[in-house]
Amino acid sequence: MQVMFPSTFKVQRFIKETHDTFTIELKSLERKNGFNFEPGQFNMIYVFGVGEIPISISGDPYKSGILVHTTRAVGTVTKEMAKLKKDDIVGIRGPFGRPWPVKEAIGNDVLLVAGGIGLAPLRPVIYHVLANREYYGRIILLYGARTPQDILYKKELEKLKSRLDIDIIVTVDRAVKNWTGNVGVVTTLIPRAPFDPLNTTAMICGPEIMMRYTIVELLKRGLPKDSIYVSMERNMKCGVGFCGHCQYGTEFVCKDGPVFTYKEIEHLFGKREL
Amino acid sequence: MESLEKVLIQHPFVEGLPSEHIHLIVGCAKNVVFEPGKYLFKENEEANSFYIIRSGKVALEIYSPDVGSIIIQTLGEGDIIGWSWMVPPYQWRFDARAVELTRVIELDGTCLRNKCEADPGLGYEIMKRLASVFEQRINAMRLQLLDLYGKK
Repeated sequence: MQVMFPSTFKVQRFIKETHDTFTIELKSLERKNGFNFEPGQFNMIYVFGVGEIPISISGDPYKSGILVHTTRAVGTVTKEMAKLKKDDIVGIRGPFGRPWPVKEAIGNDVLLVAGGIGLAPLRPVIYHVLANREYYGRIILLYGARTPQDILYKKELEKLKSRLDIDIIVTVDRAVKNWTGNVGVVTTLIPRAPFDPLNTTAMICGPEIMMRYTIVELLKRGLPKDSIYVSMERNMKCGVGFCGHCQYGTEFVCKDGPVFTYKEIEHLFGKREL
Repeated sequence: MESLEKVLIQHPFVEGLPSEHIHLIVGCAKNVVFEPGKYLFKENEEANSFYIIRSGKVALEIYSPDVGSIIIQTLGEGDIIGWSWMVPPYQWRFDARAVELTRVIELDGTCLRNKCEADPGLGYEIMKRLASVFEQRINAMRLQLLDLYGKK
């Protein structure tokens, strides 16, 4: 049951992203070969004496020496995490879960639709597809945030915008006059987003309502249901399908997901009982 | 006028209309360019036109004395702006400001309204198309109101 024992990681850097989100960069104290993961996978992070929670990995999968997590200070554990300082120690179990379909997307346009903190689990996909640029068609990121102040990885997005091989379109729900970007929900960007619907792999991450309406717009554009992938969030505890806390119909989100095709979970999606 | 017709017939708003209706609409249309910062219209002004954006970006705004102009929504290429020309008392409810150089097809609302009154077939088609725009905007606005990314 090695999988149930956390290994220790030291905080290398703490980055405040927005007023309520932060990134921690961790280095393993035990794993000599670093930490390998696939985009979309998550870890169980143990803040000693407080509790353990699942958080997606948001770093570069090609930089195994450093483990990166971005989250929002919203619950008991994440609020304690927000107090972490350099050299503090946390426990990590993982990586767990089914990753984003970066291999299945080869040859296709890649459409990433992120809402709020949902950009964090998609960031490893951006690193991956840009590191393997020749294998993909157009790469489009549609990102919706609450306000301009809530935009995650702002500097990094600005840098990416200057590249000619990725389209980054950001929109916010609220803004005042000095904002020159888009205002409106992220779903409004889909009708004119530059992708070929029949040769596109779409990956969506954000609040479930946002994902539902994003799917509606993608289906209107003609994307097949099995080309649409979503990352589900449920109450994950063990990370390996033992405890059943994250059961979603016949699936366990921690083990069978968190990434699913829309076709796989269409019958469960939006069901109030689940 | 012919080139304007060519541009118009490619737009979903007029897609599927019979050519006589398209001729009637084109008769009310002209190309207009707005420099960044210029207003297409302002709140409470008479609403006697509507716009199809060919390129650029327009911010729909409402002014609040304590905050200044709040952007409600931005619209871009292919979007339609304005339905107050169709609904009494024909007054704009918001400001519309060009955020960047914006090219639009401006349709004379009074001209089109008169043609719709005279030809209910055209009027119904226009209303159906406007209703589709309303539906999309209302759905988007409802999601916006949910504050989806706020703290749970």
